[in-house]
Formats: sequence, structure tokens, C-alpha cells
Amino acid sequence: MPSCLWIAQDGVKHQLMILRLVMVLLTFVLATPLIVIVSNLVDPNGEVLSHLIDTVLAEYLTNSFIIMIGVGLGTVILGVSAAWLTSMCQFPGRSIFEWALLLPMAIPAYIIAYSYTGLLDFAGPIQTFLRDTFNLSYGDYYFPEIRSLGGAISMLTLVLFPYVYLLARAAFINQSICVLDVSRTLGYGPFRTFKTVALPLARPAIIAGASIAMMETLADYGTVEYFGIATFTTGILRTWYGLDSAVGASQLASILLIFVFSLVFLEQYSRRHARYHHTSQRHQAIDRIPLLGKAKVSAILFCSALVAFGFLIPAAQFLTWWISLGSEAISSDYLQLITHSVELALISALFILAVAVIFAYGKRLNKSAWMNPVMRISSLGYAMPGTVVAIGVLIPLTWFDNSLDSFMRETFDISTGLLLSGSLAGLLFAYLIRFLTLSLQTVDSGLERIKHSMEEAAKTMGYGHREILTKIHLPILRGSLLTAILMVFVDVLKELPATLVLRPFDFNTLAVKAFELASDERLMETAPYALTIVAVGIVPVIFLSRSITKTRDVKS
Amino acid sequence: MKSISRMLVASLIMSLSVSAANVFAADSLNVYSARKEALIKPILDDFTKETGIKVKLITGKDDALLTRIVKEGRNTPADILITTDAGRLHRAKEANVTATFSSPLLEKNIPAHYRDSDKQWVGLSLRARPIMYVKGRIDPKELSTYEALADPKWKKRICIRSSNNIYNQSLVASLIKHNGEEATQQWAKSLVSNLARKPQGGDRDQIKAAVAGLCDVAVANTYYLAGMLNADADSQAIAQQIAVFWPNQNDRGTHVNVSGAAIIKHSKNQANALKLIEYLSGDHAQQWYAEKNGEYPVRDNIKMSSTLAAWGNFKADTLSLSELGRLNKDAVMLMDRAGWR
Repeated sequence: MPSCLWIAQDGVKHQLMILRLVMVLLTFVLATPLIVIVSNLVDPNGEVLSHLIDTVLAEYLTNSFIIMIGVGLGTVILGVSAAWLTSMCQFPGRSIFEWALLLPMAIPAYIIAYSYTGLLDFAGPIQTFLRDTFNLSYGDYYFPEIRSLGGAISMLTLVLFPYVYLLARAAFINQSICVLDVSRTLGYGPFRTFKTVALPLARPAIIAGASIAMMETLADYGTVEYFGIATFTTGILRTWYGLDSAVGASQLASILLIFVFSLVFLEQYSRRHARYHHTSQRHQAIDRIPLLGKAKVSAILFCSALVAFGFLIPAAQFLTWWISLGSEAISSDYLQLITHSVELALISALFILAVAVIFAYGKRLNKSAWMNPVMRISSLGYAMPGTVVAIGVLIPLTWFDNSLDSFMRETFDISTGLLLSGSLAGLLFAYLIRFLTLSLQTVDSGLERIKHSMEEAAKTMGYGHREILTKIHLPILRGSLLTAILMVFVDVLKELPATLVLRPFDFNTLAVKAFELASDERLMETAPYALTIVAVGIVPVIFLSRSITKTRDVKS
Repeated sequence: MKSISRMLVASLIMSLSVSAANVFAADSLNVYSARKEALIKPILDDFTKETGIKVKLITGKDDALLTRIVKEGRNTPADILITTDAGRLHRAKEANVTATFSSPLLEKNIPAHYRDSDKQWVGLSLRARPIMYVKGRIDPKELSTYEALADPKWKKRICIRSSNNIYNQSLVASLIKHNGEEATQQWAKSLVSNLARKPQGGDRDQIKAAVAGLCDVAVANTYYLAGMLNADADSQAIAQQIAVFWPNQNDRGTHVNVSGAAIIKHSKNQANALKLIEYLSGDHAQQWYAEKNGEYPVRDNIKMSSTLAAWGNFKADTLSLSELGRLNKDAVMLMDRAGWR
């Protein structure tokens, strides 16, 4: 018996070694594009950078910072409230809001910006109506300017709060009811239970959601560009395109990276001692608190407002545009666009999930101090503008292809040409850099909620790490894995800049089509494609929402 | 889990197989285009119908496409780069990725100042950036030149988009060339203080703002106005209130940029590439540019669409367009300093 145990232990060590090796290799591959970007920091030609420092850098910094903080606060307030209401309280319409609150996620930020600008702009129907009715003209009245910092924060918050909602809700639902019951037996009311028990327990999930929203904000280009707000992203592209300085652009991107990295580090540092897992996997069906009177009305109004502003109003606007365009609005390659988009999103989501599981699990097994920073570095890509990531990917890929080609030409007189760049592999690589953190944070925060004694118990039964992962963790994590797939799926569906730069010949997606029309300022004509992105995105959103609720009910 | 990994392997193989294979077919051309698909694909299809030469297309931003060509090096599948401004063609030339090409037909069809002096690229359609005003509200006699927009009488009356936009960068580059950097710096500063609002939105938004009464004049490219005139009823109603004023008619002419093309040095299909560019300079394509997108042909003897004809003839600035590319950086820095965001 002791010898058997010893053999099993040896096998475990072996698996651990392989896992470590794979992780190091993956980290290296993931870090390459970022290193390519940062390597420009040491470029001696400082002319462009000093011009930027003298003129616009302070503005880039301030604006990016304000928008990021605004969206962070906004998404947490809206997302956590909505999650608590729908998972722990009972009020009419709750089961509809449960999934409807995820709908804004399917709308790309720049699309919602177009739609609200169309409505609220000076030349839009609302202000025109006001002027006509009250016989006013420009300057006679106050109306909030949609193309402003506040406007950008609102637009981004409206479409990004579902990330916080999704993760917070999963955390609330998965909280062992015992904990909440204990709180109640102590005489805590619902609000106090929320504040002192549920909220701190859900903290990793909430922070994960908020940092996703904030990083997505930093990477946003479409919205801020359309609103004429100078931020890091617009600055990077302006420096590259306008000043024709790839070096200056990389330097800006590097500053952004350092900025993000310190945030990520602070977040990690702030919870360095905490362990957030539950003492029990035993759950009962949640005994939701019925809301009455004013509370009921406010809950309904609050959730309706989120769904209306984040989804219904912009969707209705696009639908009106589509109807007014008639049937000619759809191009002949419409079906192909859908197939391309769905295939690409699905493949990427699965591929990225696989990498995320390796990283999250590796982090759990390796307690060594270098694990966390390594993991965080490799997820920085999420805050990078897609174009920058694309170039960061393009450079190493073409270098690899061309070196291989030269070698093959010299040695065998065969040209291998471009193998990876210009293929979907390049796109997958870029998406991996961009979206890994989405998948990783979801899997990781799910994994953190599983107590360590589970695998310790499994080890005593002679399970190796692989068995523990496939037989214990992954089944428990099913909800988190689905969430991870969904989030990447929807994000790839909406992704634009990297797709634009790296895609193969004659390969269009819905987002590319919508963007081409929008950047030609044919906003109305984007309607069919924008709405289709939303429609395709909704299917997995609803599916996922159901499955989260189900995991809970089954265990009751 | 197993099924997931199987799906993964299958999908990876699938994605790789859609790779570079097949892009080097002899009777086909690969085009990297900064013109949007809708504004180039139909004419490429006509070319294929006429010649049997197939054309494959990637669209994207000029600089991103150029970077891709540079990094792909001698293995690039690109035969032709199509851009939406001359500055980027100049950059492609500077990046040493363009081939020398010329033909009697191109020299006949395209005036010299719309061609590169070293035969590295040609312009194929013109994009004019005049001043627009609301009919009846502004007397066109008040307008004269771009320079005059800096006059204090225009305080809070002008709409123009962000300086991130290439057409504003080109316009300022042309002013630097004609008036010098110092005068242009002063001009930009005054212009900024004459703006009715912080630069935002696209060219169409400037037009809409003018009609709505937020400002009195807008600077915008004509094809956006043409696009509005051919769009939905609301847009048409707005665009019909706008008149086009051609500035600088008594001196150098109105600022224009071109959408143009270059042949890539490492292209294995340079003969066919030249055929396509010749086709794009031909009668059919030139008329199509005007009809479809309200751009002006590079040649004189092309029948104008009714929309363009209504705005009348104008004298265009004949400044060598390479200068716009060369001065683009100076223009952006100048606008940074002037607070033009």
C-alpha cells in the first residue's frame, strides 16, 4: 500500500512538471507581442515622445483615467445591485430580468454610442423636438452633451455592467445558503446580510467583473473617437497614423501597459492574504426575499431602466433604421457573414478556454511567488487597443514565417511562404492575447470558490492532478466554464480592429461589415449587421443565464 | 472534456488550412484596399467580368495594411495597395515596398500632379474638401478662402471634425506648404477659437450641426454630402439645405486629396496589376466613382453625375500630392499645439 501511494505521488510530480513547462512556454508565447510593443520604449529617438509630453499626453492620461474610474464605479453599482435583486429577492418580472439584464452585453460600445448620438445629439430628434415645441435655438437651453466624458462613461457603463452582473450573480447564487442563513439567524436583515456577508464573499467575482469592464474601457477606440475625446487609444492611433511614428505609438502603448500593470498589481496586492472559498458545497434553493411596496416598485423600475437604456432603446433605433431601409439593406453575403462570425467566435472561445484552464489550474497548484505576476502579464492584452495587439502579433508571426521561408529556400530550395500570418491562426493568436483574461478571470474566480480540501481528499484516494481536474474541478466549474466561453464568444463577435488587420483574403465578419459602413458615416445602413451581431450574441447569453440558474436549482 | 479537445484540434486544423495556400494563383490578383468593400468590390467584379482575372480583397486602414505589407516582406501576397489618401501612398513609397510602373494610357488618363514623380503610385479619384453653408442663412459673398475662416467674424460659427481625421491633416499640410508653418500655426489657433463646439463626430455630423443651427459653416468632403443626398428622406431633407462653396478660387484652388493605388514591389503579377490600375483610370470606373460615391474623376472629359454637376465646376489645388504625405507629421504636431483635438 505505501509503495502504491509512492508511485502515485511520483506520477503527480511528473504531471506537475509538464504543466509547469506548458505554462512557461505559453507565457512566453503570450508575452512576445507585448515585448515587441514595449521594446520600443528604449528607442533613442525621443522627438515624438517629447512633443506628446509637451502637448497632449496629460490630456490623454486624465481622460483615460476619468473614463476608466467612472466606468468602474458605474458598472459595480449597477451590476452588483442588479445581481443581488435578481438572485436574492422576489419581485414581479424577476425571472425575465434575470436574463434580460445580460442583453446589453451583445451590443458593441461604439454601436450604442452611434445610436444614442443619433437620438440625443443637437441635430437629433429629441433636441429638435424641444426646439420646435418651445421655439428655442442654439444656446437658449441646457441639454447634456452626449459627446462628452460623461457621455462616454454612460455608454460604456451601459454595455459593460453585465460583466459585473454576470460574475456577481454567479457568485451570489453559488454562495452556500448556510452562510446566509447564519447571517439571518444572527438577526441581520437582507441589507445587512448583503453588506457584511454576501458582498465580501463575492468580492473576487465583483473585482474580476469590474476590472474586465475597466480594461475593456481602456481598449475602447470606437466610442471615444466618435465622441472626439482624446484618450490613450485615440492618441496611440493618432501618433501612429498621423505622426507616422510607430515608435511613438508603441511608447504610448507601453505607458498604457505600465498603467494597467500597476492596477492589476494593486488589485492582487490588496487581497494577498484572503482566501475565498466556501465551507460547503451544499446549497438549497434560494429562499428569495419578497419585496413589497416601494421596494418592489423601485426594483422593477431599476431593472427595467437598465434593460431599456442598455438594450431596448438602441435596438429599437436600429430596428427602425432597418425597416426604413427595406429589404435592400442586406447584402448578398449576409449568410456567409453570419457563418464566419459564429465559427470564428466559437473556435476562439474554446481555444482560449483551454489555455485559461491550464493557467488557472497551474496557478492553483503552483504556490510559488512568480506565478501570479506571470499570469497577470499574460493577461494585459485585454487593455490594449486591438490594432496594437494586431501589430504586436503580426511582427513575430511574419518574422517566424519569413525566417522559416528563408531557411527552407536556402536548404531545400522550397519556399514555404507565409504559413501563419494571413491565416486564421494569426487571428486566433491575437484574440488569445486580447481575451485570455476574460476566460482566465472567470475560471480562476470559479476555482477559488472550490476549497482546497477537495483535492486534498482526492489525492488521498490516489487521484493525479489530471483526474482531479477532469473528474472534480471541471464538473463543479461547469457554470464558470460556460460563462468563460460565452464572454469570449460575444467579445470576438464584436471585435473589430484586430480582425480588420489580420484576417485572410475575402474573409468578412458582421463586425467588419458594420464598421465599414459606419466609418463611411452610413450609420443607418449598419442597422442589419449591428442587429445581427446582437441577435447572434443573445442566443448564448440566454442559454448561459438558464444554465446558471439551473446549477442552483438542481442542487436544491 | 475529451469532446472539447477534439473540437479544438479539428478547429485548429481547419483554421490553418484556410491559410496562405492558393493566394498565388497566376490569373488572380490580391488587393489590399483602404477603400471600403462597398466602394471598391463592385468595380473589381466588373474588371473580373471583362478580363477573366480574379481579384481577392482585404480591406482595412491604410497604415495597418501598409504595415502588414512591410512585415510580410518578400512573401507578401499583396499585388496592389489602394489607399484613400495620397499621404499613405507616399508612405508606401518611403517604406520601399512599391514598384515602378507606368504606361502611355495612365499618362494620358491621369494628370501629372495626381501621379507620383517617380512613378510609384497614381491617384484614381478626387476627394474635395470645400466649405459648406446653409442656404439663405449665409451670403456666399462672406466666404472666400480657407485662410479667411480664421477671421474673428466667424467666432463660434464653424464646425469641423477632429484633427485625427486624415482629410483635416492633409488640408493643414497643404496650408503649411502654401503659407508656411508660422502663418498656419496662427491660422489653426484662430480657427480653433472660431469653432462652435469641440471637434466631434464625422463630416456628416458637421453638416447636420450646421443645418440644426449650431454653426453657420462646416468644412466637409463633398462625397459625404452626396451620400446624404442619396440616403433616407431625413438625411436628404438636411442635405438639401446645404450649399457648397469652393474656396480659394481666385488663387491656388480648393484643397483636394486622392484615393489611389500602388503596385507592390514583391508582386508576382505586376502585368495584371497594371491592367487593373489602367482599368480603374478608364471611363467606366471613373464614372462609377462619381455615381457611387460622389468622388470627382481625375480626368476632365468624364460625364459628371447630376449631384456633382449641381455643385458646379471648381478649380482644384494642383499642389503635388507627395507634399501632403511629407508634411502630414508637421500638420499633426501643429494641430496638437493649436489645441485642435
